[in-house]
Amino acid sequence: MTDPIYKTDALIAEDIDAYLEKHQHKTMLRFITCGSVDDGKSTLIGRLLYDSKMIFEDQLEALSNDSKKVGTQGQEIDFALLVDGLAAEREQGITIDVAYRFFSTENRKFIVADCPGHEQYTRNMVTGASTADLACILIDARKGVLVQTKRHSFLCHQLGIKNLVLAVNKMDLIDYDQEKYDAIIAGYEHFAESIGIENFTAIPISGLAGDNITSRSENTPWFTGPTLMEHLEAVEVRSDENLAHPFRMPVQWVNRPNLDFRGFSGLISTGSVKPGDTVRSLPSGKTSTVKSVVTMDGDLEEGVAGQSVTITLNDEIDCSRGDVLAAADSPPEVADQFESTIVWMDEDPLVVGRAYWMKLGSQMVSVTVAEPKYEVDVNTMEHLAAKTLHLNQIGVAEITTDKRIVFDPYTENRALGGFILIDKISNHTVGAGMLNFSLRRAQNVHWQATDITRDDHAAMKNQKPRVLWFTGLSGSGKSTIANEVEKKLAIMNRHTFLLDGDNVRHGLNKDLGFTESDRIENIRRIGEVAKLMTDAGLIVLTAFISPFRADRQLVRDMMGEGEFIEIHVDTPLEVAEARDVKGLYKKARAGELKNFTGIDSPYEEPEEPEIRVNTVAMSPEEAADYIIKQILPLK
Amino acid sequence: MSLTHLQRLEAESIHIMREVVSEAKKPVMLYSIGKDSAVMLHLAKKAFYPSPPPFPLLHVDTTWKFKDMYELRERSAEEAGMELLVHQNPEAQEMGINPFDHGPLHTDMWKTQGLKQALDKYGFDAAFGGARRDEEKSRAKERIFSFRTASHGWDPKSQRPELWNLYNAKKKKGESIRVFPLSNWTELDIWQYIHLENIEIVPLYYSAKRPTFEYEGGLFMADDIERLEKVMGKRPEIAERSIRFRTLGCFPLTGAVESEAATLPEIIQEMLLTTTSERQGRVIDKDSGDASMEKKKQEGYF
Repeated sequence: MTDPIYKTDALIAEDIDAYLEKHQHKTMLRFITCGSVDDGKSTLIGRLLYDSKMIFEDQLEALSNDSKKVGTQGQEIDFALLVDGLAAEREQGITIDVAYRFFSTENRKFIVADCPGHEQYTRNMVTGASTADLACILIDARKGVLVQTKRHSFLCHQLGIKNLVLAVNKMDLIDYDQEKYDAIIAGYEHFAESIGIENFTAIPISGLAGDNITSRSENTPWFTGPTLMEHLEAVEVRSDENLAHPFRMPVQWVNRPNLDFRGFSGLISTGSVKPGDTVRSLPSGKTSTVKSVVTMDGDLEEGVAGQSVTITLNDEIDCSRGDVLAAADSPPEVADQFESTIVWMDEDPLVVGRAYWMKLGSQMVSVTVAEPKYEVDVNTMEHLAAKTLHLNQIGVAEITTDKRIVFDPYTENRALGGFILIDKISNHTVGAGMLNFSLRRAQNVHWQATDITRDDHAAMKNQKPRVLWFTGLSGSGKSTIANEVEKKLAIMNRHTFLLDGDNVRHGLNKDLGFTESDRIENIRRIGEVAKLMTDAGLIVLTAFISPFRADRQLVRDMMGEGEFIEIHVDTPLEVAEARDVKGLYKKARAGELKNFTGIDSPYEEPEEPEIRVNTVAMSPEEAADYIIKQILPLK
Repeated sequence: MSLTHLQRLEAESIHIMREVVSEAKKPVMLYSIGKDSAVMLHLAKKAFYPSPPPFPLLHVDTTWKFKDMYELRERSAEEAGMELLVHQNPEAQEMGINPFDHGPLHTDMWKTQGLKQALDKYGFDAAFGGARRDEEKSRAKERIFSFRTASHGWDPKSQRPELWNLYNAKKKKGESIRVFPLSNWTELDIWQYIHLENIEIVPLYYSAKRPTFEYEGGLFMADDIERLEKVMGKRPEIAERSIRFRTLGCFPLTGAVESEAATLPEIIQEMLLTTTSERQGRVIDKDSGDASMEKKKQEGYF
């Protein structure tokens, strides 16, 4: 052992007051370390604690004895023993789960969630990742990117961790070889991109030898990035990021010491709030202005994300635990049906249709989970068919709450998008989940009433607004016929707009793929847009495959009576495939395109469309004429 | 504006306390009069201001605390506007259990059994405790909400995963929760916060000339010499020394350290320059080897 045992700040001995002043301005970063024991995770954490003087002499003495007795480093200190699972834990057969460790440097306090990395511990990783600002993913330089590296990255990405560190450990065992390191990074980069990870920071380290942990290593002169500690000290913490979002505070408790004081206590999850700000209480939608932001240290000029405060308002509005106070001009949504990503955490599998408790922020409601749309294989990221979810499985499913809840999508606000599921009989926390979006039209409690109504818009255009919904296989001729119809309507002086599948996917829906859930969302958004356009008085033509009956029904339900005209462009699969205008069928048959309608994804024909055109018997122009005839009169 | 680590820890602790008050039927705060209890009480005052904390304080007394501690206990409760409940195990009292003759039984009877009796007597279903994860190896994976069976046992298999800041406080009749709002604080955080917030702590943490005696290699304070003489069978040899305590328990169980640190910055300075961990002065962790704390927890000790 050659290092000095303790690194003490000279200031402590010389000027303790100056030291304290400095340390009162530290920030706090929470991170998670992922990797199995073999990757040297425990050694790394032990090293971080040791280098930041978090180990005392009596602990060190015990460690030193243990190292010689059971350590793997000969007479050297085995840092892993500092943090490895407790002996008692193994003997008693307790589940190995998340352990929290603490250390600090001059600029930051760190809370490390230390999670075992085996597959059966998805539950623990998700728990640790839920509060983390950063994830440190360890890989063994000798082995490179493994299945588990991908699993850890995927889960951290799902939980919304934006700061990823790829710590390539055990560089000493590959002789600090830059070529090998670069190859590992290139491999990881390719994978990361494929699952949507936008960026990550790679650092070559050795937890055992201390390379690039706190000080720059002479063994890697080719590496120009930050050391691990430099990086940990510099990254932005999430609470700062949260500040940029609109104000939200879930109300935990109503503070009523006497008749003259009524305050709403909670932790500000995003944004900031000042006296005079107009806030909206949800789900009621009532607004008021902030009178004061109360704390025991005096009223604040401004309360910010991450602070626990008590807010008083200038009006007596109905607001209690479970409600959310939010910026009046950009409130969260209120809904009761959602698509969510769920991680199952209990020995007993999910029971589809059973009522569970759902806790989200300070809201507690009853919820049922539908049959999962799919389960994700955490090793290959493949979507697999699933009837339920078992312990440590992660999947996407629709959920329905028994009353409307206030929420933000998880990607925008963890506090109003993350939830736990509680079994109503055992009271165990059986699952955790993230809300992706609401499925039904959001209950827009703050709908803006306008003076020029949709009838006015329609009257000015001298037409009845309608949606002509063209559905059919790829290559059936939807776009071509819709285009012909629009041209004819233009000649008739009608105001129209054509929404085309491919075009919409270039912009509005470019974040969506072709999985079943993405297709549902694709159609839902198009439905919403079409609805707005009919409000503006337009005749909207849409050309989308829209293969599922339920989705077309969803859009039909959004529209007024008689405004939704379903047009089935009826072309047999062999004909459409023979045309193959875009060469897509060929690709799908070759397996290059997944979830292609008609090949490996079903097309559900309309049962009673308003109009059906047979493209084998009719030319596009004939079909267009036929459609126009069917929708007359236009007013 | 970036919040400092102490501001974030404070906000988290306050959030935890408000959750408990909202979801538990009858919460209580265990108050041991030590520095961690002082911080926890201070945070409770902040969490519910301008209301007083909506639960009582409970001190599970062993009758062997330092005089200074009893004095601060009364005053703190009064200043916070909270009811103070004191429980002393009547059996232990009757049997004359003391730390000299009874060793580990002293802790078991007065503290472990005493705590269970008190919780049952008043029917509390949630109890705040000032334990921290950095105190001891086995606490590192302790939940913030720790579940106890109706007989106060700690079943590792029934502990619930804690995600984000969502705590599941659902429980069956008879079951209870121990809640640790200071879980993520370290010893240094506690001291810095006491300094920053100007929180009153027992004077014994500050160094002063005090009557001391040596016993089995440790240095102890003769807080009640008459009583000590009675249980030890002889009058220990008293010497005046400048001492202070890094942690406070029962006076015959808590070792003192020789020190000149008489102010908070000096205490923090000493702590940062010192080379032994906080619990080293406490006999409790050592009486049955490594798994000592783990075992006590399963038996119902905090």
